[in-house]
Amino acid sequence: MQVKFFLNNRPFIAEVSPNDFLLKTLRDHHVTSVKNGCNESSCGACTVLLDGHPVLSCSLLTVRVEGRHITTVEGISEDVKILSDLFSDEGADQCGFCNTGLALAVYALKRELKNPSDEEIKRYLVGNLCRCSGYQAQFKAIVRYVRNEQ
Amino acid sequence: MKTVNHKTPSLGGKGIMMGRPAFTDDLADANSLIVKILRSPHAFAKIKSIDVTEARALPGVELVLTHHDVPRTSFTRAGQGYPEPSPHDKFILDEYVRYVGDEVACVAAVSEEIAEKALSLIKVEYEVLEPVLDFEKAKNNASVLHPEEGIKEMFPIGFLPKQNVAASYAMHVGDVDKVLAQCDVTVTQSFYSQAQAHAMLEPHCANARLDFQNRLVIYTSTQTPFHVRRILSQTLAVPLSKIRVIKPRVGGGFGGKQALHGEMFVALVTLRTGKPSRIAFDRKEVFESSYTRHPMRIDMRLGAMKDGTLKAIDCQVLSDTGAYGEHALTVFMVAGSKVLPLYNKVDAVAFGGEVVYTNHTPAGAYRGYGAIQGNYALESAVDMLCAKLKMDPAEFRKKNMIREGETSPIFAIMGEGTEGTAMNMDSCKLDYCLDRGSELIGWKKKFPRVVVGPHKVRGVGMSIAMQGSGIPLIDMGSATIKLNDDGFYNLTVGATDIGQGSDTILAQIAAEELMTTVDKMVVYSSDTDLTPFDTGAYASSTTFVSGNAVLNAATKMKELLLTEASLSLQVPVSEITFDGKTFKTKKATLSLSDLANHLYYNEHQKQLTATGSYVGHKSPPPFMAGFAEVEVDTETGEFEILEYVSVVDCGTPINPGLAKGQVEGGITQGVGMACFEDVKSSPKGKLLSNSFLYYKIPTTLDIKKLTTEFAQSYDEAGPFGAKSVGEIGIDTPPAVIANAIYNATGVRITSLPVTPEKIIQGLKAKK
Repeated sequence: MQVKFFLNNRPFIAEVSPNDFLLKTLRDHHVTSVKNGCNESSCGACTVLLDGHPVLSCSLLTVRVEGRHITTVEGISEDVKILSDLFSDEGADQCGFCNTGLALAVYALKRELKNPSDEEIKRYLVGNLCRCSGYQAQFKAIVRYVRNEQ
Repeated sequence: MKTVNHKTPSLGGKGIMMGRPAFTDDLADANSLIVKILRSPHAFAKIKSIDVTEARALPGVELVLTHHDVPRTSFTRAGQGYPEPSPHDKFILDEYVRYVGDEVACVAAVSEEIAEKALSLIKVEYEVLEPVLDFEKAKNNASVLHPEEGIKEMFPIGFLPKQNVAASYAMHVGDVDKVLAQCDVTVTQSFYSQAQAHAMLEPHCANARLDFQNRLVIYTSTQTPFHVRRILSQTLAVPLSKIRVIKPRVGGGFGGKQALHGEMFVALVTLRTGKPSRIAFDRKEVFESSYTRHPMRIDMRLGAMKDGTLKAIDCQVLSDTGAYGEHALTVFMVAGSKVLPLYNKVDAVAFGGEVVYTNHTPAGAYRGYGAIQGNYALESAVDMLCAKLKMDPAEFRKKNMIREGETSPIFAIMGEGTEGTAMNMDSCKLDYCLDRGSELIGWKKKFPRVVVGPHKVRGVGMSIAMQGSGIPLIDMGSATIKLNDDGFYNLTVGATDIGQGSDTILAQIAAEELMTTVDKMVVYSSDTDLTPFDTGAYASSTTFVSGNAVLNAATKMKELLLTEASLSLQVPVSEITFDGKTFKTKKATLSLSDLANHLYYNEHQKQLTATGSYVGHKSPPPFMAGFAEVEVDTETGEFEILEYVSVVDCGTPINPGLAKGQVEGGITQGVGMACFEDVKSSPKGKLLSNSFLYYKIPTTLDIKKLTTEFAQSYDEAGPFGAKSVGEIGIDTPPAVIANAIYNATGVRITSLPVTPEKIIQGLKAKK
């Protein structure tokens, strides 16, 4: 069946099975920036924005996004450039597998929370797992991005 | 130094965050067959019959393989040099299945849905056998995991499969029993550590295709592309020259991707069907059917005199390798060889034990590689000894620990499957690390505990650790530097960046030697067709071993450049100065870019390429001192780590940001093992902690404060004074946390993880 939605503000038509999840649909359509880390809604690597809010694409049926707006990192590249420079500056880069999902969550956080405390930032990002870093260098970079301290 | 030891952004960090295709599964052919594995529901069984008729008949199914259809060549997936110190005790598919999740059959189909349907159509009749699930009862058990013919050790490792023993070893220096009998104070204690999961975010995956020359080309998320090629060739009887293994960006490895996991199946499917194929483990398969850390019981005996002089250490290990003996001997050896030399002044030291087979998920290489298990046991026992001696653990360690210029007989005795290599500690700033760490955590004020509320108490704990920098005389790296027109370079290395940033630090080393900038050094790793040989990213070898190879290549390139400049400028080399950009004589100047352009277009035309290689003759250990402050609720046993302090001697940190990332990432994984990464199995041996819902790894909320510093240190053997830094960070947390909990509460936790439940039980027992 066909599902029509907006991917990064452009109309997108996908041929899917009714039981396909959005993660599979996007990757099958070569949107490989969306990563499959666990496929069971617990690692955050497959995060996309649904009408601006972070969701886990591995547990969102593609048929449910009919007519809605999906954003991946390709759709927020100006912000990603800024965030990645901050990651570089803080020495926060490691394997990067979780970084696309994290970048989307951080982008949404900045727009959703007003003047968040450190604890609020951490709570917002608790679902984005990273096994390489100790989170601290990332956190410093994220705080600078959220507070516009470039 | 202008590039080394300076802040340099990780190469590729931006591109990856921007979503550029980089990882193995991003690069699979779009029309790949989907490869799925039928896995055993039993911990131990013999396949009586297997019927794949219906599965093969399902439209869309291209291939179904059982043990009847694959070559019967024993091998090890361990991903080590050759001959391996791991027994060849595995077959691609076998009539026996030895753990829940072991491979029964392999299906390739045009879609995931059809592949899964085909798996459900395979009819298997099992003869269920009595599994061995308790590693303390494995040796000489009535159930024998490997009764089959055709398995072998590659050289003597104490392999006794009929007794369920994969490897064994013993050594001693002096008479431990005699020295212990003369000691004023002794400690005898057993410590248990668990089967930690690597939990790298990118699951194991691989894909294959035949190229137009009919060669097998495999992309795989691996730490060891050259070993993958060799093992595929040996096992499938395909000439090495017909296989190309490409390692793209890897999403974390930590030792788990040293081994082969899906490569054998995509290789077989593509060779048999001629079609591209891909396999991607789901998260449950990563937990159940890849690798874990070796669980161990370590029986420690320590003895000291009243003045705090440590006299004897006896360390006897029982290690559980699970169903297959991958890294069985070597991980177990490292529990001694990279731990016991910390206290090199003892009169007697003994180490020994066995590695047994059980019907659990196989254990394999995992960051720390035995050292973390050994460190937990030894450094906990040292604190127990200090408690008996009524001595400050910091003072005890300073009195007894290894120092710069000293050695330990263990280095010469214990290697990895072979004898070791004698070496002196040419760089060892452990004394600085311990003093500075004590200062940062506030040891003098806070040891052992500070009561902060009616049922809240804070405690501090410490541990010292060492690791290595590659395996001497075994681990080998090489690098090629090519000069391009316009004067920039390609650096191709077999060393595998698996997310730790080795491409970046190797570029820094080359740029430093050639006096250029990192942007002029285009790095590529790793591809068995295009890059020179490297044993791979394991054993903390990349910075030291591969780094030295890069330095060697860069030095040769510099000589080549000067020779060509001399030809062009018509003066002897001795009259030329070169600053990385320009060659100067008294009379003339020549830019590198002009020289390069002339070389390729105009005069004395030739390609400049330099290759360097390196094998270590020693393995200078990085050292560290780790400290933590914990706050314990004595009513619930719950605790928080308020701060973790690490002071590390890794020689020169080539890239301080990435080195810090290695240490802090290691600390965090170690904290996970110390505090909550618990492994649960059902009574029948099924892994229950097989998802992130049931196996908790640290989240951003678990890390309050990490303080990480580097000691000023320089090892003459390393590139620009560097030692390796990939593993040292993980070694201290289990002992540090256990010691801090003891100092806070008086409860000694002797089995990992250190949970609130165990603390409460301990507090109740004390009352």
